[in-house]
Amino acid sequence: MSKVSRRKFLIWGGLGTVGTLAIGTYLARNPIRRAILETVSSTVPPYDGEGTEAALWFELTPENKVIFHSPKVEMGQGIFTGFAQIIAEEMDLTLDQVVVKGAATDTGVIDGMSTGGSLSIAGLWQPLRELAAMMREMLKIQAAQKLNEAVETLSTREGIIKGAKTQMTYVEAASGVNEWTMPAEDPKPKATGYKFIGKPVPRVDLEDKVYGAPIYGLDAELPGMLHAAIIRSGTVGAKFKSADTSKAASMPGVVKVVQKEDWVGVVAESYAEALAAKQQITVEWDIPEIWTEEKLRDTLKVGQGDKMITQKYGGSLDDDAGEVQTMEFSSPIGAHAQLEPNGAIADFKDDKVTVILSTQVIRVTRSQVAEALGLEVANVNVIPTQLGGGFGRRLNTYHAIQAAQLSKAVGKPVKYIFTRKEEFQNDQFRPPTHHVMKGRLDADGYLESLEHHYASGDVAINSVILPPMINTIIGTDLGAARGADIMYGGIANRRAVQWHTTLPFATSWWRSLGLLANTFAIESFIDEMALQSGKHPVDFRLRKMGSDTTQQRIRKVIEVAAEKAGYRDDVIDGRAMGLAASIDANSPAAQVVEVSIDNGKIKVHKVTCAFDCGLAVNPDQVKAQCEGSIIMGMSAGLFEKMTLRNGELWPTIYGPYEMALMRHAPREIDVHLIQGADVPLPVGEPPLGPVAAAIGNAVRRLTGIRLTDIPMQEAYEKAMQQKAGV
Amino acid sequence: MISFTINGKPVSVSVDENTPLLWVVRDHLNLKGTKFGCGKAACGACTLHVDGAAVRSCSYAVKYASGKSVTTIEGLGTKENPHPVQQAWIEEIVPQCGYCQPGFMMATAALLNANPNPTDEEIDRNIINVCRCGTYYRMRKAIKRAAELTKPETI
Repeated sequence: MSKVSRRKFLIWGGLGTVGTLAIGTYLARNPIRRAILETVSSTVPPYDGEGTEAALWFELTPENKVIFHSPKVEMGQGIFTGFAQIIAEEMDLTLDQVVVKGAATDTGVIDGMSTGGSLSIAGLWQPLRELAAMMREMLKIQAAQKLNEAVETLSTREGIIKGAKTQMTYVEAASGVNEWTMPAEDPKPKATGYKFIGKPVPRVDLEDKVYGAPIYGLDAELPGMLHAAIIRSGTVGAKFKSADTSKAASMPGVVKVVQKEDWVGVVAESYAEALAAKQQITVEWDIPEIWTEEKLRDTLKVGQGDKMITQKYGGSLDDDAGEVQTMEFSSPIGAHAQLEPNGAIADFKDDKVTVILSTQVIRVTRSQVAEALGLEVANVNVIPTQLGGGFGRRLNTYHAIQAAQLSKAVGKPVKYIFTRKEEFQNDQFRPPTHHVMKGRLDADGYLESLEHHYASGDVAINSVILPPMINTIIGTDLGAARGADIMYGGIANRRAVQWHTTLPFATSWWRSLGLLANTFAIESFIDEMALQSGKHPVDFRLRKMGSDTTQQRIRKVIEVAAEKAGYRDDVIDGRAMGLAASIDANSPAAQVVEVSIDNGKIKVHKVTCAFDCGLAVNPDQVKAQCEGSIIMGMSAGLFEKMTLRNGELWPTIYGPYEMALMRHAPREIDVHLIQGADVPLPVGEPPLGPVAAAIGNAVRRLTGIRLTDIPMQEAYEKAMQQKAGV
Repeated sequence: MISFTINGKPVSVSVDENTPLLWVVRDHLNLKGTKFGCGKAACGACTLHVDGAAVRSCSYAVKYASGKSVTTIEGLGTKENPHPVQQAWIEEIVPQCGYCQPGFMMATAALLNANPNPTDEEIDRNIINVCRCGTYYRMRKAIKRAAELTKPETI
């Protein structure tokens, strides 16, 4: 298919014509930055690097379709579908007439923000609607000239501009235009009467994904491509010293052994040959220290590391004063375990390089490759694909540099893939955490004081996607702080205190960041206090809600979850319920789970979820995100754990790294969306908050055992052994 | 030279006979729908059919496919003529990232072939692939829907 020339149909292209300059000015009015500022107070600040403005652009095809080059990547969260709905709405197109593609960096669309923080739909909601409406009006202006009719008399429908007597398609209107004229006034996006927004339309990538289309990073293929393997140490903190590559060089299919200052790899005709040759390379590593679980536990605990008070209302609890209750909680190292391993296809040619990969940080990937290879960024084109899972793992893409260096070394395109063992041992893990909860009841038996002291490894600190300045200024790990505050505004004295430690292995962003562990600690402790005070857990929480809008929204999700689930405090037929709630990035969620113990295993039968994400652009996909978050949170809460063993992180494969499977997934997940705001709010992570705590609270009611450590299945088995005196 | 049929078409490949079938399918036959997940038969992303049985192709040497019939997701059904499992997956809007889904659909198609009307417990025992996005809830609904679609029409 021949594309219509960009010069003609770019809505933004920096081409210096009157039209594009005007659009440039329009962008400088900056709906994107405004959107960032509006969301920044309630979420992790998005990366906003070096003054490069994020820009959006559209392309018209000869078939009268509109291609939106998305600065955000699709990793399952459904945003391409949401973008298509928004564009179809404002441009008066059918959904079939909108194509959403991940934008390559050489198209001019540079994502300075990363795809993350659940911000894609929430962040682009306003700018994308404004720009789509603007594009529709600019097409009408062109059509008015061509049809010789007044622009006011024109109407648009399904990609056609209609005049009194004649009509033309969008692509006909755009054809031959070099200078675009903007309307005198900015068109206002619709506020009501939506045709597509708010409708549960099927995913736009559904057919590709059901019929096996080659849409992922590792599916990319270039002519003459070779395959590579790189040696990685499984030992924490290991530094490359030297390698003996003599045997590998003569292995079948081997094209070249590539040795760099701090790594060694091999390029071969096939992936199997690259792997076989890799086995013949011996590397000597410098291992300064063998890390153990004991040492990790001693390093990472409340009272150690950098202290920062992240929430402070009223007074603090004096441990010596009477009636202060304390409990400790913990969570382990978590792996991303996304199904598509990391990797990249790189093609280095004539001092330019193209890199195709699954990345959540297109711009960072590009600048890192450029810097490592000594190239101008303009000579590095990063082409993002659909991601075979993201969850934060694709925020670190150093392997793109290695793929580019390997391609440069052999003068051909190279595909590099992690093995699964490397994936597990070289993950940028969810950091382990340790929590101390303290609370005191008032005379009526409700919470008067609540403190959350939490220790965590890096989440945002030391991340390549945040400028180091942000950490220096704020001094807090904003990722570890997600969900750490006490959200009940009616509790007179509230404290959250962070203790941050950088660990010897990389820890980073994992879907919902600190929210999972922080909510587990806070909501388990609140539940325990309610039980000890003899109060109903819903009443115990709602009694301490404040009155502002956010507090009302939290109240509402708790009420709805409890009501829809028919929450009860007693055990019936061997099943008990547990309730928990959280707020993350301004989207509150509450969940009620129903559990039993089946042959010593915690079994989750049903989860009822009430979630307020504001306007749901696609309610079906918001529900899908809730279902996925519930199962991922349950998986991490019940089963998942990485352990240090002889200085290595273990396990290194699915199975031993225990995750929720079909047999563990709840047979019923009942999601209720409460649209407590008229704009979309973050969706992809907030519903992951409550589920682990809710399961713990249900197990407590069922068995009397309070589980304070994730993974809870292991904690439960330990508690049962202790009980039995084993 | 190892010969077999792939999605109904005869092919011959000249590779080391111990090469995993997965890499032959992906890199030699350029069918990318079958996915690499773990390389140790632990996740099921590489599931395809050999003579109608579900096989984890990352750990299945190509020599064992010699003379047999291999079916991948590309050969299961088409947009024009979807397999009931694909039809059900579309109706229930199952995939999120989608990477593991071909493996799940191939495992489900093999299950329904052997057991047209599986119970929940049979689904639990037989569908043991890994999905990180957590689409199991919708998958279970889709498996049941596919079983309905597979039922012979009663006249």
